[in-house]
Amino acid sequence: MKKYAKIGLYLLVLAAAIALPLLLNMSRKGKNHISILTLGMVWAIAALSLNLILGYTGQASLAHGAFMGIGAYCFAILFERVGINFWLAVPITCLVTALIGFLVGLPSLRTKGPYFAIFTLCFNVIVLVVFFNWTWLSGGVQGQAITLPSYLSQRWVRYYVVLFFLILVMLIERQIVKSLAGPSLIAVRSNENLAEAVGIRTFREKLIAFTASCFLVGLAGVFFAMEQQHLSPEATSYLASFYILIYLLIGGVATLGGPVVGAVGLYWLLSRFEKSLGDFRYLIFGLILIFVIIYFPMGVVGGIKKLWEWAKERWGGKEVPSDTLAYRGPDEEVRGVSSD
Amino acid sequence: MTLLRIEGLTKRFGGLVAINKLDFDIPAGTITAIIGPNGAGKTTLFNVIGGAMRPDEGRVTLDDKDITGWRAHNVAREGISRTFQTTALFEELPTWVNLVIGYRMRTRSGILDGVFHTPRSVRERKDTSQRVLETLAFTGLGDYADKPAGSIPQEAQKRLAIGVALIGRPKLVLLDEPTGGVGLGETDEIISLIEKIRDSGVTACVIEHKMRMIMHLADHIVALNFGVKIADGNPQAVCENPGVIEAYLGECIA
Ligand SMILES: Nc1ncnc2c1ncn2[C@@H]1O[C@H](COP(=O)(O)OP(=O)(O)OP(=O)(O)O)[C@@H](O)[C@H]1O
Ligand SMILES: [Mg+2]
Repeated sequence: MKKYAKIGLYLLVLAAAIALPLLLNMSRKGKNHISILTLGMVWAIAALSLNLILGYTGQASLAHGAFMGIGAYCFAILFERVGINFWLAVPITCLVTALIGFLVGLPSLRTKGPYFAIFTLCFNVIVLVVFFNWTWLSGGVQGQAITLPSYLSQRWVRYYVVLFFLILVMLIERQIVKSLAGPSLIAVRSNENLAEAVGIRTFREKLIAFTASCFLVGLAGVFFAMEQQHLSPEATSYLASFYILIYLLIGGVATLGGPVVGAVGLYWLLSRFEKSLGDFRYLIFGLILIFVIIYFPMGVVGGIKKLWEWAKERWGGKEVPSDTLAYRGPDEEVRGVSSD
Repeated sequence: MTLLRIEGLTKRFGGLVAINKLDFDIPAGTITAIIGPNGAGKTTLFNVIGGAMRPDEGRVTLDDKDITGWRAHNVAREGISRTFQTTALFEELPTWVNLVIGYRMRTRSGILDGVFHTPRSVRERKDTSQRVLETLAFTGLGDYADKPAGSIPQEAQKRLAIGVALIGRPKLVLLDEPTGGVGLGETDEIISLIEKIRDSGVTACVIEHKMRMIMHLADHIVALNFGVKIADGNPQAVCENPGVIEAYLGECIA
């Protein structure tokens, strides 16, 4: 029953996401909203990638802003300066970002908890400084412009491109989490000593999750570059790392919908109130964050799931879904055991 | 036949010698019990065998293979799994997912197999499901399969921890106080589970304080005091050993 409700909900949101640009495209103001939503979805891809390493594997990376910026620049340089085909540059960018992620993960994932967060934050600061100073790479203060192929010049086209890739990333993440590899990652987050004792090579699992996560955030970088059509060194800033983190925390870690709701919703709100509230937005942002972390430690989507389960227990049948995690896998066969 | 051999094993914490030149064998297919007063070094011994700590001296050999100082995950893959004195589980995950994780070291499919749904991934998921069902039945946890491990009764958690250790088909399981923290009237299922482990051909090594249970279960007892072996032999002999009575038992109740 719950399964169908969930699929129905996803289809409804998908239909709305497909229909939205058609409505917005009618007015001049609406066109701006398309761009905002597109960037919101780019951040959603970034938040989903962080979800893999933070939400499921439990390692708080504060370098995802840097990796997104590296992806954006890598793409811009490959496409604009080297002249590689747009759609060929996309996978190359992801692979390059993943490779750098792998190399950064090798030393940094040896550290634990807050030390890992600090290590990755330092990496991010270094990357930002490097991009500011290596003007041959980043274009310095003038930045790096991107001239899109003409078929991408329309906002709604870019919107659908990013929507398509967002869905793809969600599906990939779902497949990972529901496969046998998923529980290994979650085991590292849940109890690292026990995971080691049952034969899980925790360092290897972290490195795999981190590399995969960087692969995906490289994709977010590509579409960031595509939508902005201009990059400055700030694209690699650690501020982006914190944004991604906050989108994920507010939306809900270790869920699939959470990062998307958090990123698109908050990015839209932030842009919406940019004129009227200025920097006061961030104050409100902070308050929302505190509120969510105290009252909904699993984020908005996690909170809704809890409410839903509570309501079902109260008014529904006796079947109570037992976990708040996305992982329900491998097969129905196992579930059958408990019902008889 | 000897499954595990401990030779001259020593572990120090600063000035404290937690285990001191320990020698003993665990015969295959038996239940060996480790007894001794609090702080005798029993848990430390498991930590050193299981790879959670490196010994300072000595050798650990499993089936004639030197595994001294191996890391915990490699020791587990080689065939020694363990439970912890304070029950360790993946608490927020359902019981059956705990078991899936326990079996993970026996499957090889990675995240790309998951993404592309490769034949290997399909096959290994089938295999895992099968093994999870077997282990749920073996440990009698079917009713709790869907419940988060942290929410099931203490006694069932203990059995689940044993199940997580067993599901990967180890040669040897190390059980650190499998009935610790469980009410006296509730230990029967755990005791019969340990007997079932031996009957299924898996060697067990159990740390326990409940002497009556040990006398009934164990084929072989090793007694420790201040990290030193003070007795080693069949239950009756160890129970009547004057050194053991003085250091630990007070009197032999069996
Ligand atoms: N990580 C550690 N660092 C320092 N000292 C330790 C450590 N682990 C154990 N010890 C010390 O080593 C000695 C043996 O401890 P251990 O936990 O092995 O005892 P035990 O026989 O399991 O006792 P119990 O029956 O209470 O579980 C104790 O004195 C303990 O304080
Ligand atoms: Mg102990």
